Amino acid sequence: MSKATETDALDDPQSRELPADAHYHDAPALEADERPDRVAIASQWQLIWWSFRRHKLAMVGLWVIGLLYFVALFAEFIAPNDPTQQNRRAVYHPPQMVRFLDIREDGWSIRPFVYEMDRQRDPETLAISYVPSGDKIYLRLFGRGEEYKFWGLWETDIHLLATVKPRDNFFIFGADRLGRDMFSRVMYGTRISMSIGLVGVAISLVLGITLGGLSGYYGGRVDAVIQRLIEFVLSLPTIPIWLALAAALPPSWPIYQQYFVITLIVSLVGWTELGRVVRGRFLAMKNEDFVIAARLDGASERRIIFRHMLPSLTSHIIASLTLAIPLMILAETSLSFLGLGLQPPAISWGVLLKEAQNILTISQAPWLFIPGAFVVVAVLAFNFLGDGMRDAADPYEH
Amino acid sequence: MIWRFILKRILWMVPFLFAVSVVAFLLIQAPPGDYLTTYIAKLGESNEVLDQASVENLRARFGLDQPLYVQYFKWVGNLVQGDFGMSFEWRQPVSDLVWGRMALTLMLSFATLLFTWAVAFPIGVYSAVRKYSVGDYIATTIGFIGLATPNFLLALILMYVGVVHFGSDVGGLFSNEYANAPWSWGKFVDLMQHLWLPVVVLGTSATASLIRIMRANLLDELNKPYVDTARAKGLSEFWLIMKYPVRVALNPFISTIGWVLPNLVSGAVVTAIVLSLPTAGPLMLQALLSQDMYLAGAFVLLLSSLTVIGMLISDILLVLLDPRVRYE
Repeated sequence: MSKATETDALDDPQSRELPADAHYHDAPALEADERPDRVAIASQWQLIWWSFRRHKLAMVGLWVIGLLYFVALFAEFIAPNDPTQQNRRAVYHPPQMVRFLDIREDGWSIRPFVYEMDRQRDPETLAISYVPSGDKIYLRLFGRGEEYKFWGLWETDIHLLATVKPRDNFFIFGADRLGRDMFSRVMYGTRISMSIGLVGVAISLVLGITLGGLSGYYGGRVDAVIQRLIEFVLSLPTIPIWLALAAALPPSWPIYQQYFVITLIVSLVGWTELGRVVRGRFLAMKNEDFVIAARLDGASERRIIFRHMLPSLTSHIIASLTLAIPLMILAETSLSFLGLGLQPPAISWGVLLKEAQNILTISQAPWLFIPGAFVVVAVLAFNFLGDGMRDAADPYEH
Repeated sequence: MIWRFILKRILWMVPFLFAVSVVAFLLIQAPPGDYLTTYIAKLGESNEVLDQASVENLRARFGLDQPLYVQYFKWVGNLVQGDFGMSFEWRQPVSDLVWGRMALTLMLSFATLLFTWAVAFPIGVYSAVRKYSVGDYIATTIGFIGLATPNFLLALILMYVGVVHFGSDVGGLFSNEYANAPWSWGKFVDLMQHLWLPVVVLGTSATASLIRIMRANLLDELNKPYVDTARAKGLSEFWLIMKYPVRVALNPFISTIGWVLPNLVSGAVVTAIVLSLPTAGPLMLQALLSQDMYLAGAFVLLLSSLTVIGMLISDILLVLLDPRVRYE
């Protein structure tokens, strides 16, 4: 793009809708729907999407997060077992790899199976170990397993993977100290851990927009007070405060009540960053032409804020929200890990990691770290997604 | 001018610290019941029963029967005189329990801060100067993973590696023979041998974000005309970068004391619990769980004050080092 057109684009308000044709010159590989004539009439959200999808890592993040929320939605279906079912014969059962190429003496076929492991006790040390027995346990896609109530609505017994013989067991991620299937537990944990981020972010959204908006729109004394409040919250070391708050929860509370309060505690910190973003944008936008025009037109303050200012903030807000979710996931994980978050009948990644607290246990059963890998992947994916969204949030910027 | 700024900034701390003390007090009052309820429950487990009269008696002795604000002002009044009250559980003055652990926490945080700087500075500069090189990509990847891994998980993994591959238990800050010994050269060396693990665990996420900030700031500076001028004048590339753009991009390093300190203190609590370090974390957790309110309150208050003071120091340093900040 030449210097001349760049200044033109800035001077002439009409052409402000067009600068995406800058991409036409910058980016050699152009998607078919990004031809300049289509860019000219594209909506803001289309432009955002186009600039977002150039961000490769952010797209990967989007897919990973989509997958995790899919797991969260269909946890009962994906998990082969009841996550609370104990099995004394499978204590610390090691993970089994699902294989597909089944080679037998009479030929081969493609069907999922795992190698069976036999439990053995060392005659001298009495230590338990698992040795492959050489037999195969065949699995079936969409096979029948334990009955469950899907979303609490209708009963079914179809699982993504189930053993052909109902009495067999298989452990993709191994088993814990009570012989519970880690894979099923991680799938159920995904539901709580991933949703805590969403609910927490919803709460911080309300706080952040209200306080940040007030601060930026009115300025002056309101602004000073709210800014001091934000500075104060930011200067508090979060974990000691969370610990103190969470210690106040009676452990006898039902799971959903714990869940809600933990989310509330976790979101107490998330709103400050959002508040700052909203304030900054409001301050910058307060004197923009379109806001002044609306004011001169006699629009009410509520209408100016909700109809004129907030819509142009939406993309920035979504980006900040995405970056706030991983902080909340980490917070919940840390709290539950310390035993101050969700309590055991509930399953979240943090609750699962609590099992890995003891160094003797994890040297014996390193697969108890698997929920930790899920935490890291989820947090990374959210960070990539959020970074990409932040870059794409203002498609008119370049 | 500078002195007025510093004085103003110090005066600002008074309402801040006051607010911190209110928050700390409310937090430890938040749990339903008080220390006596926990105490009675504990006695109940061993089949001892306190009659109502002695419960009331104890409550009055600990001052738990008075209204909240009276308890608060009593607490703060004593605080100002350096008296943190008595720990119900340990039956010792809180100040005896707290200071040793706070000193170790402070030392751990400070060591981590130094580690963070020492690692993040060269990597950040390298990443910016050799943008999109293999090294830059490696640094960015490690940085991202460092940001995404919770402290306690990293601690567990390192402990696992230590036990399984090196056959040594890496927890704690001291070996057994030094744990209760008075300070000596041997104890100091022993401390240093144990210190690296918590420092690495704690420092990783801060290092990761600092690398990203350093890289971004330096990238902004590298394209500016003054860099071209210096290059045109024939300054060697190394001095050129170190002398001008790096100095400008250095501000976030100084302000880290402000925003990294709350994170370090937070992270130190969890890490210390996992690695069983004799710092503030484990004792605070225990105090919170048993509602030993004066002890828990002292920790919440001291840890929060630590970060407030950290912010003060970083603000003052920034003003001293960068004249542009002064006039904002």
